[in-house]
Amino acid sequence: MLQAAPMAKENVWGGGRSPYNVSYGKMMIWFFLLSDALTFGALLISYGTKRFFSAVWPDANQVFKSFPFLEGNDLPLLFVSLMTFILIMSSVTMVLAVHAGHYGDKKNVAVWLLWTIIGGICFLGCQAWEWTHLYGECNGLWGAFTTENMPFDSFQGFFNMHSPAVADIVVHHSKVAQEASHQFFNYFFTITGFHGAHVTSGVIFNMVILINVVNNTYQKRGHYEMVEKVGLYWHFVDLVWVFVFTCFYLL
Amino acid sequence: MNNAAITLDGSHLSHPAISNDHHAEEHHAHEHHEQHFVWKYIFSQDHKMISKQFIITGIIWAIIGALFSVFFRLQLGFPDTSFPIMEKMLGEWAKGGKLTPEFYYALVTMHGTILVFFVLTAGLSGTFANLLIPLQIGARDMASPFMNMLSYWFFFLSSVFMLVSLFVETGPASGGWTTYPPLSALKEASKGAGLGMDLWLISMALFVVSSLLGGLNYISTVLNMRTKGMTMTRMPLTVWALLFTAVLGVLSFPVLFSGFVLLIFDRNFGTSFYLSEIFIGGKALSHIGGSAILYQHLFWFLGHPEVYIIMLPGMGMASEILSINSRKPIFGYFAMIISLVGITFLAFVVWAHHMFVTGMSPFLGSVFVLLTLCIAVPSAVKVFNWLTTLWRGNIRYNVQMCFAIGFVSLFISGGLTGIFLGNSALDIHLHDTYFVIAHFHIVMGVSGIFGMFAGIYHWFPKMFGRFLNSTLGYIHFFVTIIGAYLIFWPMHYEGIAGMPRRYYDISSWQSFKQFQPINGFISIVSIIVFAVQLLFVFNFFFSIFRGRKMTTKNPWGATSLEWTTDIHPIHGNWEGDIPEVHRWPYDYKDDGNGGDFIPQTVPLRPGEENHK
Repeated sequence: MLQAAPMAKENVWGGGRSPYNVSYGKMMIWFFLLSDALTFGALLISYGTKRFFSAVWPDANQVFKSFPFLEGNDLPLLFVSLMTFILIMSSVTMVLAVHAGHYGDKKNVAVWLLWTIIGGICFLGCQAWEWTHLYGECNGLWGAFTTENMPFDSFQGFFNMHSPAVADIVVHHSKVAQEASHQFFNYFFTITGFHGAHVTSGVIFNMVILINVVNNTYQKRGHYEMVEKVGLYWHFVDLVWVFVFTCFYLL
Repeated sequence: MNNAAITLDGSHLSHPAISNDHHAEEHHAHEHHEQHFVWKYIFSQDHKMISKQFIITGIIWAIIGALFSVFFRLQLGFPDTSFPIMEKMLGEWAKGGKLTPEFYYALVTMHGTILVFFVLTAGLSGTFANLLIPLQIGARDMASPFMNMLSYWFFFLSSVFMLVSLFVETGPASGGWTTYPPLSALKEASKGAGLGMDLWLISMALFVVSSLLGGLNYISTVLNMRTKGMTMTRMPLTVWALLFTAVLGVLSFPVLFSGFVLLIFDRNFGTSFYLSEIFIGGKALSHIGGSAILYQHLFWFLGHPEVYIIMLPGMGMASEILSINSRKPIFGYFAMIISLVGITFLAFVVWAHHMFVTGMSPFLGSVFVLLTLCIAVPSAVKVFNWLTTLWRGNIRYNVQMCFAIGFVSLFISGGLTGIFLGNSALDIHLHDTYFVIAHFHIVMGVSGIFGMFAGIYHWFPKMFGRFLNSTLGYIHFFVTIIGAYLIFWPMHYEGIAGMPRRYYDISSWQSFKQFQPINGFISIVSIIVFAVQLLFVFNFFFSIFRGRKMTTKNPWGATSLEWTTDIHPIHGNWEGDIPEVHRWPYDYKDDGNGGDFIPQTVPLRPGEENHK
């Protein structure tokens, strides 16, 4: 097993050093992300069970078809594509910030971190618009669509009425469709909200780190590992969005 | 105070070098200016002080939680008698000296919550992971002493919220420690489902944060900060066990957290994650389409690993203590590690055995039966290894050894009934009866706390530089183990007869009336056992100040590193360099000079083989 003779100096697990050559801080971030992945995993799996036990489910192409200033046009998933693009670009700028950090290039770290922060804020702004839109035009929010004997035209817009099977359920078993709408918005707002809270905290972390960069904290320390750590968190939050996006918008 | 220097940051990966530098400063500081009281005892970043904070908070919670069980045992044992003292202590909740049904449920709920989370999770692994990980792997402190301090203070904050909930007018949460919806999700469901439940959720969310901060630290410390020569397979089994405890916590608590998030939304924001159509007072609530079973899945995905979070530290400490006091190497060191890995893995795939009667598909049930029964294999490996460690040992029956043997005894007794309950067909009859109560109290509750007691009696000298009184210790041990069996053994019969748990009063059922005398007997024994625990508490606090002083560094003749530190170790643990490790931690054998053990710091003798 790992128990090599004491003379075998090359044994990385022999103690007296970090076996992965990483600091404790980076290791903790990795384990934290693993833990946080289970938080999101639990939420998304809960969503999945609800969705697959329901005979009908709101169609993303119907629910998410609006775009700021172009309301009324049928632009399915265009806005969320923009949001996703912004978030992924902010991951790219984060990579560049981390990269600059490896060279101790303070100016570029600061510039790319700033762009990352801007990207994060833009994403949050988009999310705010989308929430407002869903609440305003679609009447969706936590706990929406619970009024007894709601007429089906108050939620039929979420469903793909071109499919005869779906239309049949929405019209003739409207309670099923109402329940699905209620659950859809409950999960949508909870999970995107939980993700948005992560983005918000990420933006705040990035700001703190940016201030430290500008104040030469890391220059004095001799390395920019803190930038890497917030970078890991930022990439993780982006990765989670890919799953949230897939579950709510694509599947 | 120079804790920053202890921590590793990115540029310094070979810690002994920097920590040695640091050590000189620390020593210097230690001699010349005493730390301020606040930094030394309250907001301390020394892992040894934090472990003391955890254990003292844990003991306070244990007294509260155990006292609650005495209250509801009085009700269960003597439903027709009034106890004026209860009215004195509980006021309105026990008018005329008799518990109200509402408060009975609040008491059983809080008893479970407090004992499972605050005592046997935070109190147990918080104490011993903090104390033992750095000392046994040869580190100056935890990877991040600051986060370690935060871990305690989040636990403290969580404790404050839970404590406050005991005093609100509508009482604490009362839907059972598992807080299943709809009882926990509807504020109308009971008195305790209002403010009490909100406080419960806040407290538990903070608890998850505390557990996460602690767990990340424990894992990183074990992986990153072992001293030179301390390969993974030279770590004492306590450290292995605490490592896997932390892994379990880091991976399972987040799922519980998600479950709580959804529950909070159901309670406050009109969602229906767990609530389907419900009528209260003839009026339909506005919740539609949720599933109460979903909560059970999320809860037990934590809930089952939680059982092992409670058990593993005890297993590790029992292994260590049995080996030391048998003066023999632990039997099957690698088998012990592999069985820990097995238990940790299986812990995540058996949760639905708590839910056999929720209407799940019998096929799915049979899969969970199979996986559940698989856990018997690593558990049995451990039991046989403990017994073979004792076999032909030169046994010293000191108090910690008694508790460690008691731990093994209880683990066997309680584990066997687990095989009954793990079968879905038998579980239909046994679920929610006193059989379940008996099973999990023996295998997890009492056994877990026996592991903790063994650890306390063993490492108390390391924590406080004094010994616990062993006469009181033996009284504590014998009364507790006999009492535990007297309390829980009869419950098996009650459970097989179908007597349901959680009932306030069983006297109106013809079929269960016959058990009333037994219930009375159980209640009397539990009061005696409670009194003996107070004796232990007295022993604990008295010995901190007046106990027999430690005069040698290594009173138990143990091999591991914590006994190479000074009697009162400094913050940084070792004066001078951290010792280097040359051998595994169970070299209880002839040392060539008439001694019967060789510390880990002693180099291999010429011709001596490394343990493999």
